Amino acid sequence: MSTQRTGWFRPLWRSATGKFGLIVVTIVVLTALVSLFWTPFPAELANVDDRWLGPGWPHILGTDNGGRDMLTHIMLGARTTVVVAVGAAVISTIIGIALACLATLTTRLMREAMATLIDVLLAFPVLIIAAMLASIAGQSLWVVVFAVGIGFGVNMARVTRPELRRVLSSDYVLAGKAAGLTTTQNVLRHVLPNIAPVYIVQLSWSMGVAVLAEAGLSYIGFGASANDPSWGRLLAETQAFINIHPLAVIWPGLAISLTVLALNLLGDKLRETTDPTLSRRMVKSMPAPMPTVTA
Amino acid sequence: MIRYILTRSALLTGGLIVASLLIFLALRVLPGDVAQVIAGAEGTPEQVAQLREELGLNEPLPVQYFSWIGGVVTGDMGTSLITNTKVVDELLEKAEVTIPLGLMAMGVALVIAVPLGILSALRRNKMSGTALSVGAQGVAAVPVIWAGMVLILVFSLWLGWFRAQGFPRAGWEKPGDAFMALVLPAITIGIVEGAVLMRFVRSATLDAVTRDFVRTAAAKGLTRTQALLRHGLPSVGLSIITVLGLQVAGIVVGAVVIEKLFNLPGIGRMLIDDVGARDLPLVQGELLVLTAVVLLIGFAVDIVHRILDPRLREASE
Repeated sequence: MSTQRTGWFRPLWRSATGKFGLIVVTIVVLTALVSLFWTPFPAELANVDDRWLGPGWPHILGTDNGGRDMLTHIMLGARTTVVVAVGAAVISTIIGIALACLATLTTRLMREAMATLIDVLLAFPVLIIAAMLASIAGQSLWVVVFAVGIGFGVNMARVTRPELRRVLSSDYVLAGKAAGLTTTQNVLRHVLPNIAPVYIVQLSWSMGVAVLAEAGLSYIGFGASANDPSWGRLLAETQAFINIHPLAVIWPGLAISLTVLALNLLGDKLRETTDPTLSRRMVKSMPAPMPTVTA
Repeated sequence: MIRYILTRSALLTGGLIVASLLIFLALRVLPGDVAQVIAGAEGTPEQVAQLREELGLNEPLPVQYFSWIGGVVTGDMGTSLITNTKVVDELLEKAEVTIPLGLMAMGVALVIAVPLGILSALRRNKMSGTALSVGAQGVAAVPVIWAGMVLILVFSLWLGWFRAQGFPRAGWEKPGDAFMALVLPAITIGIVEGAVLMRFVRSATLDAVTRDFVRTAAAKGLTRTQALLRHGLPSVGLSIITVLGLQVAGIVVGAVVIEKLFNLPGIGRMLIDDVGARDLPLVQGELLVLTAVVLLIGFAVDIVHRILDPRLREASE
């Protein structure tokens, strides 16, 4: 296990898809960081004389209907994307581990109840959760973060439950128990580090879905509000001009698709390198049990 | 088999009850006074109090829940706060758009995913197979709205083959027009969902190729492809049914977004509008119906799977 944890980077980098995934994700994160203190133009700069400029200098990707620089807004959108992806990942990790622990470590009745609850919750599309949250909280980026986080938390719980069971009955956990560790100590010291690889793979995929969900939910008005620059909002704002200025729609869509593709490919590769049963089997392309999300 | 259907039905009923409870509670327990939210920031305290009375929000929660769910069971899901129409009537009217759209999208997804998935598995060591599976990965990463915008741009604005927006006022009284209005939206959802489904078909096919019975058939003189088509495909079909059940939720969600993009008067756009307008009775009903559809199809898929796969049947009896 430990050799796998230290050596995850090299196999990823060695494959073409893993390299693509790592490079694109790094670019998105760096863009988000750079946008904190530098963008080609000020975010609020809107020069009506410069409306609908094609790609060129100084507006590399052109401008939109308000004369705002597209590249600046794509860069600011990357920030939102990173916030949503990381936020959703954090929430789904907390919910996933909590639910999975409740479904494995507690009394029998509780375990059965939690298992059923997880199955029912799985049938709830993220969009439904988002609609519930949005009908109370209104339009907000947090709706996206929480909806995806909750939706994926349940999925994480389902994926981790069997894994958790397996680890709990393993020799080293027994040995830990024999050495006098409490259940909590045992879970923290032996169980969680051992289910981490499965978890990280799931997180990579869930971040991809979070990015897609942000685009869809912001488009239908459940996500980013007018103050949040986001790729989903850019799509919604430029849609009306699609016939005259298709490029304005192409850029944000391309940014979303490339980011999601990168995260999905990373997830696939991570799965291949961390799942020992997969490499033994002939079929390496088995897609993961993806939850029903999207937008 | 009967025992299985009974247990599965009990689970379905339990699932529906939990779902209704969650929807009900989420809209009441979450921070934010619903009456205040509906009245808006300018709502006077008197207006808010009156709204609370009208909505029955002063009743204890269990009373509210049972009066809602009792109504749902007898086919009365309440009345819209804004238009004053019956929620059930509204839902039935919008379903005339959403159900055909969903079925057409599913058809498109299958037409794309099954042949291409099998093809890419059979040619997995050739360029064409790799290209197909890389292409599927790429399309699966595309947001449905963006796919829709690009398709509108190409097929409606540039080529002029389809109308870009709306649904004929006459509805299904003019079936041809209604059908044509749904073609492009259905293709949009179908392409993206089909790309996701294709990956599953591919892996199911790869799995079948390595099965003993396919190998035996190949050893008896069939080519690999013949052996797969005759003996392997039935088992691929079973996994496709399962995955299709999972995809339903994806198609339902896709329909919500796409109805907004194509300006179609379906349940999805209704949900978006009603959430925006905070029309609680309608939102509650729509959420319940959408969740019920997803749960019911999951149920149906499990039963069909059970009937078609003799191994599962024997295991339960």
